[in-house]
Amino acid sequence: MLKGSLNKLGNAVVLLVAVLVLNFTLIHIAPGDPVEAIVGEMGGATPEMIEQMRAQYGLDQPFIVQIGTYLGNVLTGDLGMSTYYGQPVTQLIWDRIGATMLLVITALMTAMIIGTVLGVFSAQKRRSILSHFVTVIALAGFSAPVFWVGIMLILLLSVSIPLLPISGMTSATSEAGGIAHVLDVLHHLILPALTLATIYLAFYSRLARASMLEVLGSDYVRTARAKGMPQRLVIYKHALRNAILPVVTFAGLQFGQLISGAVLVETVFAWPGLGTLAFESILRRDTPTLLGILFFSSMMVVVMNVLTDLVYRIIDPRIKAR
Amino acid sequence: MTDVTTTAPKPVSPSMQAWRMFRQNHAAVLGLGILIAIIVISLLGPYIYTVPPRDMVWMPLTPPGTSEYVLGTDYLGRDLLAGLINGGRVTLAVGFAAALITVAIGISVGALAGFFGGRVDNFLMRVTEFFQVLPNLLFAMVVVMLFGPDLLNISIAIGIVSWTSTARLTRGEFMRIREMDFVKAERSIGAGNTRLIWRVILPNAAPPLIVVSALAIGTAILFEAGLSFLGLSDPNSTSWGRMIGDNRPYILDSPWGVTFPGLCIFLTVLAISLIGDGLNDAFNPKLRER
Repeated sequence: MLKGSLNKLGNAVVLLVAVLVLNFTLIHIAPGDPVEAIVGEMGGATPEMIEQMRAQYGLDQPFIVQIGTYLGNVLTGDLGMSTYYGQPVTQLIWDRIGATMLLVITALMTAMIIGTVLGVFSAQKRRSILSHFVTVIALAGFSAPVFWVGIMLILLLSVSIPLLPISGMTSATSEAGGIAHVLDVLHHLILPALTLATIYLAFYSRLARASMLEVLGSDYVRTARAKGMPQRLVIYKHALRNAILPVVTFAGLQFGQLISGAVLVETVFAWPGLGTLAFESILRRDTPTLLGILFFSSMMVVVMNVLTDLVYRIIDPRIKAR
Repeated sequence: MTDVTTTAPKPVSPSMQAWRMFRQNHAAVLGLGILIAIIVISLLGPYIYTVPPRDMVWMPLTPPGTSEYVLGTDYLGRDLLAGLINGGRVTLAVGFAAALITVAIGISVGALAGFFGGRVDNFLMRVTEFFQVLPNLLFAMVVVMLFGPDLLNISIAIGIVSWTSTARLTRGEFMRIREMDFVKAERSIGAGNTRLIWRVILPNAAPPLIVVSALAIGTAILFEAGLSFLGLSDPNSTSWGRMIGDNRPYILDSPWGVTFPGLCIFLTVLAISLIGDGLNDAFNPKLRER
């Protein structure tokens, strides 16, 4: 069991290094370099000054040396300086990562649990209203841009019926600590998490439904029924465990897309996480910060994949044997 | 239902047969109708409805239905209807171009991996896995920011991050078909690899690939909308996503400014999804019961 996970971990490290190399290569082949940008802002410089700056940033070194330095820096936790905030990128990311994790994990859990329940119920009664409802919701969820869903929910639940706050993570006026603070954050969390969950809810309900239908048609479920096992037990003891396997697999695989969705949702709700940071770094043309966020989120995806692998092994003990 | 050719009195061509199956799915036909309408409006609309989309034509923030500009105006007094008609062109163009790039990369990688197997497959699947792990929107943001937000770069960026599922599907189909007798027969009469890949196996793998290609257009449109919403859009053109991004700070004063462009995106992608479902039915009649 451990060996499989270690293998995954090895793959993960290779993937992360590949992300870094790709990052670096992209900056390298993109038109313009940092010195040109600085010179542009200074309003011109002599060729000697430009040469000197190139040497200072190591841009006169061959590609392979530059990339080596870059990889070394990242390994020691140095993702460079933000050109706008004037702070280390690592620090900026560290300050924001908690908010993103809170949002993403709440949304993922909501989508997985509600999606599985909807899917399982609708699989049992294929011609029921619920089953059609799941199909329609799934189709709509696939087709609507997530940021637009967020704005529509704001118009509905914050403006028309003022139930929930429009944006941010805490109320500006609230200085409260302790429980009141937690409640305040949760209050602000509802809309963004709901928005992000909608898209994946659609996907998971459809996935759970398809996989439940498949499991319900299998031989061992027929056997369980034939020996007189009550329907509830057949569903919950035999079928469900197998039917949620694809849901777990996809939760891991799609984590990158979930983070991408979070970028849009955070921007809509001004949720102070990595997504708004990414949005701001586009506005300010702050390349080091955006690249840092890309690297960090890739790392989160990789960690999530290793975790999914572990969960998978717990749900499906057969994998240990392989 | 399972085998039309043996029961039909006259033999019908496979595409005719597929069209008949497609036609039975009313939702898909509706989707096709909506998509054709949207394409026609985007192509011909600017010649018929000649209000300039990027100029101030009326009082800013005019609600829909209160002036000659039926859908109202935005915060700069631009006509929303003109924006939607012209924005549709950009959205559809990027959607189709990006889907084309997605499918081209996906099919090439998948075909090579599935056909050659072994080391080639191992390597290409590693690359695929890599692009699957990469948070797709963030990576596209980086590419567009570094290389500049013109329509071609945006399409390429979307293509680069979206091809993995097409590649996996193509690979699977190639591995399955590669072992079939007619491929071996073709090989035994001296067909080279190029011919086997493009002329023998690919046409037989086409049905599921056509379905994913159709769906890729929808995904690409959503992607373009996301990028433009974040401000990564071509400064010289208006797209639906960009209209939402531009109007977002003013949702309290002019909710119509974000509602209508979003509805257009939603309808277009929905129509494409319905068509995709219909194509799936048409090519895999056995799965219809699902």
